[in-house]
Amino acid sequence: MTASTLARPRRSHRFGTWYVAEHELRRVPLFLVTALATAIGSPLLYLLAFGVGLATLIKTGGTDGIAGVSYAEFVIPAFLCAGAVGTATEEFTFGVMMGFKWNEVYLGMNAAPITPRQIVSGHILYTTIRMAATSGIFLVIALAFGAIHLPGGLLVLPIAILGGLAFGIPVGAYAATIREDRGQFAVIGRFVVLPMTLFSGTVFPLTQLPIWLQWIGWISPLWHSTQLARDAAYGQPEPTWLIAVHLVVLIAEVAIGWALSVRFTVGRLNR
Amino acid sequence: MVPTAVIEARDLRKTYKETAAVDGLCFEVAPGESFGLLGPNGAGKSTTMRMVGAVSTRTSGSLSILGLDPNDSGPEIRAQLGVVPQQDNLDTELRVRENLIVYGRYFGISRATVAKRADELLEFAQLSDRAKAKVDDLSGGMKRRLTIARALVNDPRILLLDEPTTGLDPQARHILWDRLFRLKEQGTTLVLTTHYMDEAEQLCDRLVVVDKGRIMAEGSPLTLIREYSTREVVELRFGSEKNADAAVTLAGVGDRIEVLPDRVLIYADDGEAALTEAIHRGLEPITSLVRRSTLEDVFLRLTGRSLIE
Repeated sequence: MTASTLARPRRSHRFGTWYVAEHELRRVPLFLVTALATAIGSPLLYLLAFGVGLATLIKTGGTDGIAGVSYAEFVIPAFLCAGAVGTATEEFTFGVMMGFKWNEVYLGMNAAPITPRQIVSGHILYTTIRMAATSGIFLVIALAFGAIHLPGGLLVLPIAILGGLAFGIPVGAYAATIREDRGQFAVIGRFVVLPMTLFSGTVFPLTQLPIWLQWIGWISPLWHSTQLARDAAYGQPEPTWLIAVHLVVLIAEVAIGWALSVRFTVGRLNR
Repeated sequence: MVPTAVIEARDLRKTYKETAAVDGLCFEVAPGESFGLLGPNGAGKSTTMRMVGAVSTRTSGSLSILGLDPNDSGPEIRAQLGVVPQQDNLDTELRVRENLIVYGRYFGISRATVAKRADELLEFAQLSDRAKAKVDDLSGGMKRRLTIARALVNDPRILLLDEPTTGLDPQARHILWDRLFRLKEQGTTLVLTTHYMDEAEQLCDRLVVVDKGRIMAEGSPLTLIREYSTREVVELRFGSEKNADAAVTLAGVGDRIEVLPDRVLIYADDGEAALTEAIHRGLEPITSLVRRSTLEDVFLRLTGRSLIE
């Protein structure tokens, strides 16, 4: 065996994560137009509906929930986080199922020098890039409309991405275990994503809910990322320990989901 | 001096729960050789291929691919293999040429090099005019050729082909065989599984007959036929009700008689003479055919079953 044949695998071993992400990025032109339309259209809709429409019904500036900011300033960081969760959900459900079953591209990657671990991290990297693009567009529009302010507003972007990953990666771990599509993803959409969006302090503060419903927010990555986003966007008054809790929960959800994804992917590819 | 084997399996086993899919295989493949695993569905061929492809961990035994153990050096081994799986797993969301490019990148090949390589491979696979086509618009045979081209992107030292022509029409199979034969001529080591004896006869220098996870026989197609069958075979059909009765009358004709549900086979070195004798004994077959022995006959002899059920 020559030195050059051994040099190649080592190189690919090191950059495998990137090669997986690069493969997935090559598919983007296929849905670029719809993705751009959604990325630009949805923030405009939210701004119009909530910033202009609903805001006229809501008194701000006095209540304890919305401390001294307009309703648009309150709600837009939350929608930015919810948008990232939406993108992540799409990629970690259909995207994962595509790789294992519909297209079996993961099997092809795994027959090359790519490891199951790199397949997982590559897909996470790709989804992060996609979220950065869509949430970035959202942020620019929100800045233009004055719903988010600099410089703190810039922090909303990484926070929204972290929230998206904290929800998406565990969902991806579950998707890696699905052998037959029996509409599980529709169930996730209706019974997980929708209630999570409604009860995570998105359009009204979590504290407005009766205590027996507030637990949804505590385990919801969306509530934690939304709170962090508001802390960053307009300095919502929150104790430092609570900020730390938000971060710890999000990072823990990412870490547990990641570990499970690797485990299930290894199990499924190494038969 | 025999060159060092590129694949060496000793007592290779793979067990799923209670069932042994691969039950103690021993074989070696020399560099440049074209080696086949012939057997029916469920014989353990694909499982063996996955272990050789370093994507499935063996239960026990030893396995060495290019001098490396797949348990320790999976990516290093896979970097030097080309794999054509039983099911094409092309990315149908990418175009034909892009499929080759993304795959080449997995091996750490630079974008510029892989672009050139993709064009050469499209030429080889006779797909140059389809470079920008969608994968879904390709015929089955074209998809298969694209998968083979993809497997060659890293200039592999061993090409693994799991049932390369299953499900293809005769013309597509012949085009594919021609491409594989060219690779063989260029010195690429081929390892293929098949349940088509004609495919094995066309492509394999040497093969093992596998059944229920075990090797039943090993040799070149010719030696296997010589060892386990006669030169010729007479196939007689009497109608499903009458085959067994006819076999009684035929006792002693040729070397051996095999009764299948739909026909009676007489194994004999001189098929015409055996057929004359059968008619002489007063039998009136609906159809009769004298042919040369094939690996199908070897398999039937070894297992008592036919290859494609």
